Amino acid sequence: MGAAAPSKRLRRPVTATPRPVTAPARLLRHTRSAAGFVVVTALTFLGLLAITFFIGRVIPIDPVLAVVGDRATPAQYEAARVAMGLDRPLAVQFVDYVGDVLRGDLGMSVSTNGPVARDLARVFPATLEMATIGIVIGVLLGVPMGVLAATRQGSWADQFIRVFALLGYSVPAFWLGLVGLAAFYARLGWVAGPGRIDVFYDGLVDQVTGLLLVDSLIGGEPDVFFNALSHIILPATILGFFSLAYIARMTRSFMLDQLSQEYVTTARVKGLPEWRVIWVHAFGPIRVPLITVIGLSYAGLLEGSVMIETVFSWPGIGNYLTTALFNADMNAVLGATLVIGAVFILINKVSDVLYRILDPRSRA
Amino acid sequence: MSARDWLLDESPTSRWQAGAGRAYAAARLLLRNPLAVVGGGIILLLVLTAALAPLIAPESPLGQNLSNRLLPPSSAHWMGTDELGRDIFSRVVFGARITLMIVVLVAVISAPLGMIVGAVSGYFGGWTDRVLMGLTDIFLSMPKLILALAFAAALGPGIENAVIAIAITTWPAYARISRAETMTWRNSEFVAATRLLGASHARIIGRHILPLCASSTIIRVTLDMAGIILTAAGLGFLGLGAQPPLPEWGAMISRGRTFILDQWWVATMPGLAIILVSLGFCFLGDGLRDALDPKGQAKS
Repeated sequence: MGAAAPSKRLRRPVTATPRPVTAPARLLRHTRSAAGFVVVTALTFLGLLAITFFIGRVIPIDPVLAVVGDRATPAQYEAARVAMGLDRPLAVQFVDYVGDVLRGDLGMSVSTNGPVARDLARVFPATLEMATIGIVIGVLLGVPMGVLAATRQGSWADQFIRVFALLGYSVPAFWLGLVGLAAFYARLGWVAGPGRIDVFYDGLVDQVTGLLLVDSLIGGEPDVFFNALSHIILPATILGFFSLAYIARMTRSFMLDQLSQEYVTTARVKGLPEWRVIWVHAFGPIRVPLITVIGLSYAGLLEGSVMIETVFSWPGIGNYLTTALFNADMNAVLGATLVIGAVFILINKVSDVLYRILDPRSRA
Repeated sequence: MSARDWLLDESPTSRWQAGAGRAYAAARLLLRNPLAVVGGGIILLLVLTAALAPLIAPESPLGQNLSNRLLPPSSAHWMGTDELGRDIFSRVVFGARITLMIVVLVAVISAPLGMIVGAVSGYFGGWTDRVLMGLTDIFLSMPKLILALAFAAALGPGIENAVIAIAITTWPAYARISRAETMTWRNSEFVAATRLLGASHARIIGRHILPLCASSTIIRVTLDMAGIILTAAGLGFLGLGAQPPLPEWGAMISRGRTFILDQWWVATMPGLAIILVSLGFCFLGDGLRDALDPKGQAKS
């Protein structure tokens, strides 16, 4: 034993031994950061609830009037006021509201005569399907474009990609949707028109996931699948264009950072093929920050789908929201706002946590 | 001593000379950036169009002429006519006024609000900071467009309400920036000296901290402008912003939606105006960031 100890010590580096972290201390720190994450996320959700509550109960000059109409008698009005619980203090109303939402009760929709929560569960898969295809398109095109722009910095390809990306910040989504419909559906006939599927195929496959592309494959209906695909491809591509702009821009700046590092020069000096230097050595370290960027743009697409869905009569949550706006159906508007907001916050926070877990520097 | 020498003097004798010198240096940097010049030109064009709209527009933006319904673009009507026979070019020109008004109002409301929240938060620190930044972070993690939609829906349609709805969703970014700037100045010697001279907190924040936060906030506002324009147009498109017959670009696209398959120009032309102006702000914002950002200058 006495002989083994020194040789063991010799093998360890003499300089800069890391401060020993005991297992309990590490566990404590992890628990603490996890608890902090949960608290922050919960507070953010509470903030979202406070905002929708504020919008629904405080801003309208008279929410009762909005429900009973201006021809109600004073007695009817008072009854409605009490029934809506508006005679109680605001704080009590807010606690009630939070309780309702936590129980999944978002109120009744005036336009569909059903519970808002059920409506939202019905329309959400359509939005999810479109946004998911959109982000896939955005990543598959945006990342290579960003890398290309970074490796050819200053070339015409770089300038073109830069302007293309800035266009993504400057083109109104609803306008691009309309122009796309006019060009690819009406003029060229390459894609199907508005809606999720032709009337002929509607209801042909059983709902399993609510995602039409997946359901039609499960049900073994290739006709339905291709019809749905030709409906989704245009809105999803337009949606993808907006995430592409952001993803390409961020990929470019991340790559430029890496390509100026000395290890890239070393790799080149060693005689590695250029594709290996770019895609293995330089691209490797940026995968982690890219996950955050992709997460953020995915959340952004769920939000951006509101405009696209309106233009394409896509029966998703965005279309539901705008239809509710026209019918002054405030419960439905707030319910949809709440769900989109919650998903948005959740994706944001999850990509934040993923970043922290995957980044080796935060693991030390 | 020429004006140029006076501007580039390394040891300015007055506050006015130092300020003018910095502005001159920033302008020279800006002019060297071709995209920024293009962007600035587009914004200048927007301002001129808005100011001189009655002189530029060949026809009234509201006057109807049903015998000229839905005419395609021609030499008489550059952008064609809409379903009420109104000249679309004239409407786009007058629409510049509405867009400019919305953009300026949102900036005037949200930038000072965000800057004050951020400066107060960063200056006092402690619980003030925690509460204010907690609030800011909550607003920052909300989806902006949806929130603006919900606010506009509750407030009712109209330009003023659209402006308020957009301003509510844009201020948190400016609060974050100002707080970060304030933190770097809070413990500096000139702030300590001013405090020793007996200046109140309000005076230190208002006269010494806020001006230092201005340049980074201005850059961010310029970069945000495209988003603000798109949100305003989106609200107009959904019928929540400017109401007809006002020639707001988003609302015009919404009207043209019915005719998109046959009379494409009705919806397309106002969209081109939106893209041009948004791109202009994007270019200018990028250029401003390179020229004005003190941190960027320190790096190069």
